[in-house]
Amino acid sequence: MKYRIAVLAALTAAWTGPVLAQAKDPTIAGIEKYREMLGDDNPAELYEARGEQLWKKKAGPKNASLEQCDLGLGPGVVKGAYVQTPRYYADADRVMDMETRINWCRMNLQGVSEADIRKRPFGSADKPSEIEDLLTYVVTASKGMKMNVPTDHPKEREAFQLGQAVFHMRAGPYDFSCATCHGEDNLRIRLQELPNLTKAEDAKRAYVGWPAYRVSTSRVHTMQWRINDCFRQQRLPEPRYMSEAVNAVITYMAQTGNGAEYKGPALKR
Amino acid sequence: MADPMKIRAQLKGDIAEIRVLMGHAMETGQRKDAAGKAIPPHFIQSMTVEVGGKKVVDGQIGTSVSRNPVFGFKVKGAKVGDKVVVSWVDNKGDKRTDQVAVA
Repeated sequence: MKYRIAVLAALTAAWTGPVLAQAKDPTIAGIEKYREMLGDDNPAELYEARGEQLWKKKAGPKNASLEQCDLGLGPGVVKGAYVQTPRYYADADRVMDMETRINWCRMNLQGVSEADIRKRPFGSADKPSEIEDLLTYVVTASKGMKMNVPTDHPKEREAFQLGQAVFHMRAGPYDFSCATCHGEDNLRIRLQELPNLTKAEDAKRAYVGWPAYRVSTSRVHTMQWRINDCFRQQRLPEPRYMSEAVNAVITYMAQTGNGAEYKGPALKR
Repeated sequence: MADPMKIRAQLKGDIAEIRVLMGHAMETGQRKDAAGKAIPPHFIQSMTVEVGGKKVVDGQIGTSVSRNPVFGFKVKGAKVGDKVVVSWVDNKGDKRTDQVAVA
């Protein structure tokens, strides 16, 4: 009799095991609840307001505003521009993400030197950088629109392939690649579930969450910053700001996750 | 000069939902800078909210509140077009007042 009960218990365990594993992980449910509580109120709006002023203000050696900046939809068109980047820009003859493009306009319309732009791309909570304000303004104007990143130009395809290669390139003292953490389903670092960025479904979810305001650092982080930080976590040297490689990785992610609704600057823990 | 506040006031039934986002450093005075020197405290000490000329919140807040804080209130009996006036004063005497109409 005792034996029978043991068998029964074993059987029950075998049956309930997989069922339990399929139920929602309480940790992930908890994180989702936290995100829901944060809601729509995002301090990124403060960046957006400053960015709009900066956009319209005459500045730089040429004393020009950025209002004539062509973000891809024609000079001065801000609304909807972000969801169509990264893209190939004929005037610059390269593929750029939005951050690189705004800086390109600052250099070419306002005459700001490249050295000045490279000096302080990422600010602090006390003193955000100008590109963080400008970028937040530009991306917010595309809130609610569908990601529609162009993929037809040969240079856009080339950037995708380069980005894919960089994404899978193993290097550094730990022999890490981006794909080590972001190339498999259901991986986690501490409490954060990691998106599998080689899959459209996960890339969609992840890509529309940037740029983002992080509560823990009290500031907006850009996508270039995000990629740089991934390389830091791989123990690789910091990539050059706006480099072809970083732009290519962003292009790879954007094209993989094309078609999702852009939610505006996100709010993260 | 502090950044302007972002205020949203939305009427739902006869209850106005008010959300206020303030741009402020909210330094506790406990942090140290890169040189090891204490960063002096700098935080919002008091805030008031008026709806339609009537004071509905007169509160004190302190260093446990995060940088760039968001506050939410529900106020009964408001009407569309009522003016919502939010003010704060910090420990250095800086102040800011912004307003919006209930929509």
